[in-house]
Amino acid sequence: MENLIGLLIAAPLLGAAVLLCGGRRLDRVGHWIGCVLAGASFVIGVVLFAHMLALGGEERTLREHLFSWVPVGGFQADVAFQLDQLSMTFVLLITGVGTLIHVYSTGYMEHDERRRRFFGYLNLFLAAMLLLVLADNYLLLYVGWEGVGLASYLLIGFWQHKPSAATAAKKAFIVNRVGDMGLSIAIMLMFTTFGTFAFGPVLASTDRASEGVLTAIGLTLLLGACGKSAQVPLQSWLGDAMEGPTPVSALIHAATMVTAGVYLITRSGAIFNASPDAQLVVVVVGAVTLLFGAIVGCAKDDIKKALAGSTMSQIGYMILAAGLGPIGYAFAIMHLVTHGFFKAGLFLGAGSVMHGMNDEVDMRKYGGLRTYMPITFVTFGLGYLAIIGFPGLSGFFSKDKIIEAAFAKGGTEGWILGGVALLGAAITAYYMTRVMIMTFFGEKRWQPDAEGNEPHPHESPKSMTIPMIVLAFGSVFAGGLFSLNEAFVKWLEPVTSFEHGHSPLSAGAVTGATVAVMVIGVALAWAQYGRRPVPVAAPRGSLLTRAARRDLLQDDFNHVVLVRGGEHLTRSLVYLDHTVVDGVVNGTAASVGGLSGRLRKVQNGYARSYAVSMFGGAAVLIAATLLMRAV
Amino acid sequence: MSSAATVHSLWTTAAEIPDKIPAPHIEYGQLAPTLIVFGAALVGILLEAFLPRRARYHAQLLLSLVGLAAAFAAVIGLAAGGYATDKARIAAMGAVAVDGPALFLQGAILLVSLVAVFTFAERRLDPRAHGKRVDSFAAQAGAVPGGAAEQAAVKAGFTTTEVFPILLFAVGGMLVFPAANDLLTLFVALEVFSLPLYVLCALARRQRLLSQESAVKYFLLGAFSSAFLLFGVALLYGYAGTVTYSGIAEVVDGTVRNVTPALAGTMGNDALLLIGSAMVLVGLLFKVGAVPFHMWTPDVYQGAPTPVTGFMAAATKVAAFGALLRLLYVVLPGMRWDWRPVMWGVAIVTMLAGAIVAVTQTDVKRMLAYSSIAHAGFILAGVLAATPDGVSSVLFYLAAYSFVTLGAFAVVTLVRDAGGEATHLSKWAGLGRRSPLTAAVFAVFLLAFAGIPLTSGFSGKFAVFQAAAGGGAGELVVVGVIASAIAAFFYIRVIVLMFFSEPRPEGPTVAVPSPLTMTAIALGVAVTVALGVAPQYFLDLAGQAGVFVR
Repeated sequence: MENLIGLLIAAPLLGAAVLLCGGRRLDRVGHWIGCVLAGASFVIGVVLFAHMLALGGEERTLREHLFSWVPVGGFQADVAFQLDQLSMTFVLLITGVGTLIHVYSTGYMEHDERRRRFFGYLNLFLAAMLLLVLADNYLLLYVGWEGVGLASYLLIGFWQHKPSAATAAKKAFIVNRVGDMGLSIAIMLMFTTFGTFAFGPVLASTDRASEGVLTAIGLTLLLGACGKSAQVPLQSWLGDAMEGPTPVSALIHAATMVTAGVYLITRSGAIFNASPDAQLVVVVVGAVTLLFGAIVGCAKDDIKKALAGSTMSQIGYMILAAGLGPIGYAFAIMHLVTHGFFKAGLFLGAGSVMHGMNDEVDMRKYGGLRTYMPITFVTFGLGYLAIIGFPGLSGFFSKDKIIEAAFAKGGTEGWILGGVALLGAAITAYYMTRVMIMTFFGEKRWQPDAEGNEPHPHESPKSMTIPMIVLAFGSVFAGGLFSLNEAFVKWLEPVTSFEHGHSPLSAGAVTGATVAVMVIGVALAWAQYGRRPVPVAAPRGSLLTRAARRDLLQDDFNHVVLVRGGEHLTRSLVYLDHTVVDGVVNGTAASVGGLSGRLRKVQNGYARSYAVSMFGGAAVLIAATLLMRAV
Repeated sequence: MSSAATVHSLWTTAAEIPDKIPAPHIEYGQLAPTLIVFGAALVGILLEAFLPRRARYHAQLLLSLVGLAAAFAAVIGLAAGGYATDKARIAAMGAVAVDGPALFLQGAILLVSLVAVFTFAERRLDPRAHGKRVDSFAAQAGAVPGGAAEQAAVKAGFTTTEVFPILLFAVGGMLVFPAANDLLTLFVALEVFSLPLYVLCALARRQRLLSQESAVKYFLLGAFSSAFLLFGVALLYGYAGTVTYSGIAEVVDGTVRNVTPALAGTMGNDALLLIGSAMVLVGLLFKVGAVPFHMWTPDVYQGAPTPVTGFMAAATKVAAFGALLRLLYVVLPGMRWDWRPVMWGVAIVTMLAGAIVAVTQTDVKRMLAYSSIAHAGFILAGVLAATPDGVSSVLFYLAAYSFVTLGAFAVVTLVRDAGGEATHLSKWAGLGRRSPLTAAVFAVFLLAFAGIPLTSGFSGKFAVFQAAAGGGAGELVVVGVIASAIAAFFYIRVIVLMFFSEPRPEGPTVAVPSPLTMTAIALGVAVTVALGVAPQYFLDLAGQAGVFVR
């Protein structure tokens, strides 16, 4: 059974190789090859899951050692996989949602002439992401981590003829480098501290390291997580990443890759548990991002960017939960899975809307679409209800638990975190209702585009709607199923450990408050956008709105502080290089050249002077030999 | 004993001499490589005398190739028979050593000569003279340049096919030189391989005056250095009463068994030893091209026909360093505290001067000449390690370097314009645009000279520097690395010139050679890359061959 683990990764990797190297002759069937291999990986995942369920709770960790990668003295890096309950959860999410999105893309990318390449990249992403969650050591995880970064870069910039897409891809890559640097430093620290990269030995021996070292490892891990998961302060790339094709936004920038940071923190739980300072920073980052993303989401008129803000905010919830320690890990992952369903569904819905609206993304030019695309409306609507935490749907269960756990952190800290989480829930309800109303309700506001093409909104083909319907089922039922008898928490407990938090508020009170703030958020949005017509041109808005439209000035901040600072630094380094370094080099070269010019004059072409030189040389040689003896 | 009695005793013993002269005992099998080459050379002379002119070229070419290949096979046979290791011995009445270093260097010389024969035999590069294919050598060497006799010879389509036997004589001398086990054999071998080289240098078909000038310079300075060597031999004989290496070494070590009474007066006089050994060293340093005995190198390299330059640069260096190694490691190890500091100085000056003066050269053959001087310095650093590693690293370096050199000069023969070979560097500008393959091959050789990894130049340089550092000559390594950095400048500059400059409108063209030169260049590239990528086998081979017999 363990041998199947390698196959999980091999299937999409084969797909990527075949599609990217296969050339034009695969253009007609390439997308189906991609779908079949993604599906194969999912089937293998299900088989492994069934096998795992048959085992006892503590024996559910499967291992496969493929080969020894870098065996150099004490430095042992293996290509080995570890499939436990946490990895299994991710495998099913990645391959399941991944396969659905592959199918969706066959419709969405139908008219793109580089479709084969697109599927090649998608398969490459699946392979890298699976490697990330299946690795049994941090070094191999890092390979997958960089692999998903590469796939993300290639897919954001897939429409590279658009300068905005090319720029967005570069931005995502560069911002991620900062995070990756953190992760690589964390891995180096681990190796110097524990002498190994493997999860098992590292996480089991945290008591051997001082708390300071553990805090350093924790903070650098967090920096890596911030980069990949678009958390403050490395959040700026996610909004621009929406330049990629919408299926990419759904798969990579909503459901799977951006949650890698949550995986990393949960996987390294033992390190964070042993370092309360690192944990505190984690919850602060989560709480700040939660609000940051939500506020940005309120102001965006671009449907994908609004959803991107929402993604950022929801991942903030997960990071917050993961920072709470054993009372939160399971809920972080649970929210991650339910979010995977409903956010992927929402993005696919947004893609479906764009597909019907000539790729228009401005919600102010939508309106009243519910009658034109009913399936999209219903599935998007169910995703909407799930994300705002409508009682009974997936998001309700998972978010409610996180808010509860935040209060259970205890003390002033608990009250603040709980309050922030509640506030976030209210804002979530507000901005999602806004998206819903502007898109599907009200008057139709679309106009002919620059070339005079009137959009003809229509429902998308079956290849696109079926994945949306499947995901809608997940959005509705997953949370309930997971919470039944605490099934999900018990499933993950052997890996992440679990403690019941002791909330100062009763569970009922928290749930009541959550529902209440949600209602308030919905009502506010309805009051603003539902009762009166939505202006086609965006109003000027308050100072906060304008700031939020500019992503709360994140790019301005980065530009002033980092870009300008960096430019000054490079300029001074270039100056130093030109004057000092080059000066020394050029000076040396010039003096060698001068010496050479003078020495070559000795070579005058006369045999007699050569003979003199030989004679002199011989005399010196003999004299020196005699002198050596004399000394 | 009075002088009259001495005379008397000489007279009286004269009658008994026929009985007492021991019949010289010659191990023909163990000397086979040398004997085969000399035999082939003699047959070549006969062919030259008796064959009709049109048949000579092919017959000579075949004879040279077969002779050299057979000699190489003999070397391999001897090595396989254990003569390189446990059966190493001194043959021919103490005159010639058959041991690891000797066989390794002889093998290298034979291979290099074999490849050199290919470049000697090339007849497609020069335009046809009156419908006949000609090679790089003068139509009639004896004719006055530009005179009527020369024109008649050119018109008749003469070629100097004597170059093949001359080459074989030189090779034969070179085979003996590193194996010579007494000073007289050393001197005779030196002359045997030097004289043919002087002649070969004078044989260029084009720019004959320059060629003859180089030959005369080489001859005069070579004779001068031979005089030093011979004088040194005389002094050493005075010191030790013998010319055999082991005999001298015994006297140096103070372990001599029976002293000839007639020599007791001078024997063991250290002044004789020091001056004599220094003078012998001068002779050898002249041949390896070490500063300040290097000044013939650029002029001769430039003036000689390029195939001869390639052969001379590659094979002479191997032979001369072989002899130098044997002298220092077999004869003079007991006085290494005297010669090491002096040789240190020579090595440092050689490395630096070679590299620095090469920077401003404008002629590719002169540049390669200075490069060979710098390389002589690097090899000297390995010689000075005075450890077994030093020997094996020098052996490896010589084998690697000789193929790079031969290949590089073979490429130089291809780049031509109306006046023959276009050796001025400015004409090489943009060559990479016009003839990418030729330029790329030359770039490989230049990178190997510069010691860039994945070429044999790196493996060799790494080996000698490692040996030098291990032998306590760390300072030499520092100087060597600095010199390498300076040298890299002018090698890379040629690459930049070839690939990153605009071609000149009337620039040279690359002639398409016959399979002969192509084989030579291909072998050069193959050995350069093979010794760079997987040097271990050959390093091991050199390591096994690194023990001298005494």
